[in-house]
Amino acid sequence: MANNLGYEFKKGLWQELPPFRLVLGLCPTLAVTNSAVNGLAMGMATIFVLFTSNILISLVRRTISSQVRIPAYVVIIATLVTVADLFLAAVFPAISKSLGPYIPLIVVNCIILGRAEAFAQKNSILPTAADTLGIGIGFILSLTLMGTIREILGFGSIFGVKLLGSWFEPWIVMILPAGAFLVFGGLVALVNWISSRKTEKAAEAAMSR
Amino acid sequence: MELILIFISASLINNFVLTYFLGMTTFVMTLTAAATWPIYNYVLVKFNVPFLQYVAFIIIIAALVQFVEMYIRKASPSLYRALGIFLPLITTNCAVLGLALFMVMREYSFLESIVFGFATGAGFTLAIVMMSGIREELEFADIPKHFQGISITLIIAGMMALAFMGFAGLIRG
Repeated sequence: MANNLGYEFKKGLWQELPPFRLVLGLCPTLAVTNSAVNGLAMGMATIFVLFTSNILISLVRRTISSQVRIPAYVVIIATLVTVADLFLAAVFPAISKSLGPYIPLIVVNCIILGRAEAFAQKNSILPTAADTLGIGIGFILSLTLMGTIREILGFGSIFGVKLLGSWFEPWIVMILPAGAFLVFGGLVALVNWISSRKTEKAAEAAMSR
Repeated sequence: MELILIFISASLINNFVLTYFLGMTTFVMTLTAAATWPIYNYVLVKFNVPFLQYVAFIIIIAALVQFVEMYIRKASPSLYRALGIFLPLITTNCAVLGLALFMVMREYSFLESIVFGFATGAGFTLAIVMMSGIREELEFADIPKHFQGISITLIIAGMMALAFMGFAGLIRG
């Protein structure tokens, strides 16, 4: 059981890393990662909605008949997104303002409905919690990584701290939508490269044995 | 001869699906703008519950897509079968919900909202048609191994976004 939970948790961090492997949740990944702080905040809001909504869905999975499950899930998710949005607006008004309409767009984030369909509706609370935490943390790390890369190239800073001196000419394009696509495309290729190297190494190890 | 026939029918039918699906998105977006505007301004604002907008909007959009789906199933079963799973998925197209949210944020009037909805849908169609044209050419391109598939598509989208930035100065002059 504990082993299983560990696996459900870990798979979200690499094997099923949401934006780079499953290619889900692109809208927030591309739109708000123009700085590391925004990426981190978006990831936090998403993991809150992902975790709570999937726990709820796992709890009510036997009560909701399968014909109406999608509207029911969407209403649960939309309610929790409203909670997250009001919380951010009250406690971190600056972040809420810079994320703008992308917080409410968590409602249609495919990762959340995707996890509900693929996992929460078939599993009890504990595995669901492990699964969503893994996927959610993977998502936070990916968004923060995207935000960091774009912030360094676009502003020459990390988390608002100036990193590169005045000699550095910022690449404005990196904080624009076009930069998001370019960085994301590059990172997908990087993930492909790392995983193909891993399989090659495993194959070599098997050969030499 | 048979191969040519398969080629022609497949390419035509594919294009047919593509055109209809995109037409549907534009249609759903226009309808969404027309339906969410009165509900937001006359129901949510009037009863002082604008914080319910996300729940309300997503239900409206899901219901609209459901109606469109029912209509198509009745009117053209072959089109319905061809579109398959992609028709209900219009609900989770974030451009549709985004449209309703931007409409509220920018305080558009009813007519402005409808034009905004239609134009957003048309722009989406244009971008997707261009993208599919480029991807067809990619079949014959020599792409580095790790960039194949999703990666190169994203990079192309980035280049298209750069090209579209050229229009940015058009309105403010």
